[in-house]
Amino acid sequence: MTTHPGARVEDLLRELAPQVLGALVRRYGHFDMCEDAVQEALLAAAVQWPDEGVPESPKGWLITVASRRLTDQLRSEQARRLREEAAAAQVPPDESLAPAPGDEQPPDQDDTLTLLFLCCHPELSPPSQLALTLRAVGGLTTAQIARAFLVPEATMAQRISRAKQRIKDTGVQFSMPPEHERAARLRVVLHVLYLIFNEGYTATSGPHLERSELTGEAIRLTRAVHRLLPEDGEVAGLLALMVLTDARRPARTRPDGALVPLTEQDRSRWNRDLIREGVALVTDALARAPIGPYQLQAAIAAVHAEAARAEDTDWPQILALYDLLERISPNPMVTLNHAVAVAMVRGPQAGLDLLETLDADDRMAEHHRLAAVRAHLLEMTGDHEAARAGYRLAARRTTSLPERRYLEARAAGLSEDDP
Amino acid sequence: MKFVAMIFNNPGAFESLPEEERERLMTEADAFIKEFTDSGEFLGGSALADPSTSKTVRLRGGVPAITDGPFAEAKEQLAGYYVLDCENIERATEIAARDPAARLWAVEVRPIMDEAGAEM
Repeated sequence: MTTHPGARVEDLLRELAPQVLGALVRRYGHFDMCEDAVQEALLAAAVQWPDEGVPESPKGWLITVASRRLTDQLRSEQARRLREEAAAAQVPPDESLAPAPGDEQPPDQDDTLTLLFLCCHPELSPPSQLALTLRAVGGLTTAQIARAFLVPEATMAQRISRAKQRIKDTGVQFSMPPEHERAARLRVVLHVLYLIFNEGYTATSGPHLERSELTGEAIRLTRAVHRLLPEDGEVAGLLALMVLTDARRPARTRPDGALVPLTEQDRSRWNRDLIREGVALVTDALARAPIGPYQLQAAIAAVHAEAARAEDTDWPQILALYDLLERISPNPMVTLNHAVAVAMVRGPQAGLDLLETLDADDRMAEHHRLAAVRAHLLEMTGDHEAARAGYRLAARRTTSLPERRYLEARAAGLSEDDP
Repeated sequence: MKFVAMIFNNPGAFESLPEEERERLMTEADAFIKEFTDSGEFLGGSALADPSTSKTVRLRGGVPAITDGPFAEAKEQLAGYYVLDCENIERATEIAARDPAARLWAVEVRPIMDEAGAEM
């Protein structure tokens, strides 16, 4: 398969986007305006390079073009302000806005990380964090991001400009967070990358392929963070979790988009290279770094990945990992999956007993996943009538079309066995 | 998550309001739309024409049967709708509660089905 020159250019541009933006912000400040200028330079390159060839120093080209846009923008901003403040007509233009050519190149090694910390600032709402990360660090256009999230381009543009305005208003600086905040801030960055991944992973084939490309983008950005912070166990854990999950993608849906549960997936279709990579990453992280929830989730995914057949799954090992996960990072979704592991090791009734604790949880009591897991465990006990009712309840509660089809099919399957 | 918010009222309810109240409602509606467009949660929507202008279509035995008027013979009819993209249904109802239509009539918020899904 040959790669289209346009696709190679696009990969290069996405790689360079955070470096160019970092260089500009370091030199001029004004993150919001620099970000617009870099987008314009990226668009210009995306149009010109496939035809005219990639310039000798693509990064230098982008910095020059973006700087020119930015200084034009700053000058017209300034002109506007000067017109408005007629009394201040004598104020000379700020010299620093027009730097001499051939300025020393600032180091850009850590700019990707600094940008991620900025775009995933806790002052921003999660949708703004996602959108800004994909544009400023990922180098995607607003239109691409809008299509991936199935919202109008105007809405996505609004989320991005709101995020930038918020950064401006709060006076957040373009610099690494102080040491004592770094761990907490990194958790936010990893969560944003995880959300981007999930948004793409749960998209089925069908009409919205651009949405599924978010998976690749999340992995690419997480790889970049892992390169910059190779010692961090949770970064490695998240990357491992992503590649191990993505390895199953070819088997998780049928050609018509129907969902295939883990136990019924054709494991010969799992991506072995990604599994090898994920297993190596998580094994290494667990051996040397403090344990964390992403590493544990990756370890669970690795145990599933290493079973040649569903019936070979090492459930006692998975149960031990869920016990640990529930202790260090308790949440109702973990309890739900924990209950499945309990059922596989100690029998369905033990799993059902654990599920009862979730009935008192407001976030979970009405959730379709609770009804679906309960139905599954009831099916294991042989109570097909209750299982059927549970699958139907879950089917009514889910807001996902493929999940509803799957749950209806499970209910219908039981009707045949047990009229 | 995406939701559709549906405004229900008696046909003509808006027109029968005193002019002052109508103007106030329009001003409030504009401010409502602006606020949640700016927050990146309001994706778009429309007011609907009077239900007496509706046609209801049924295809029976390959033959379309078209009747005048709305499908549901209810007193309260769909008067307008908008689409929200927000965190969860609690947030969606919080937004709908700010809609001036909720003050006078009723706004039903319902999740839109997603093409994405998780295998179990």
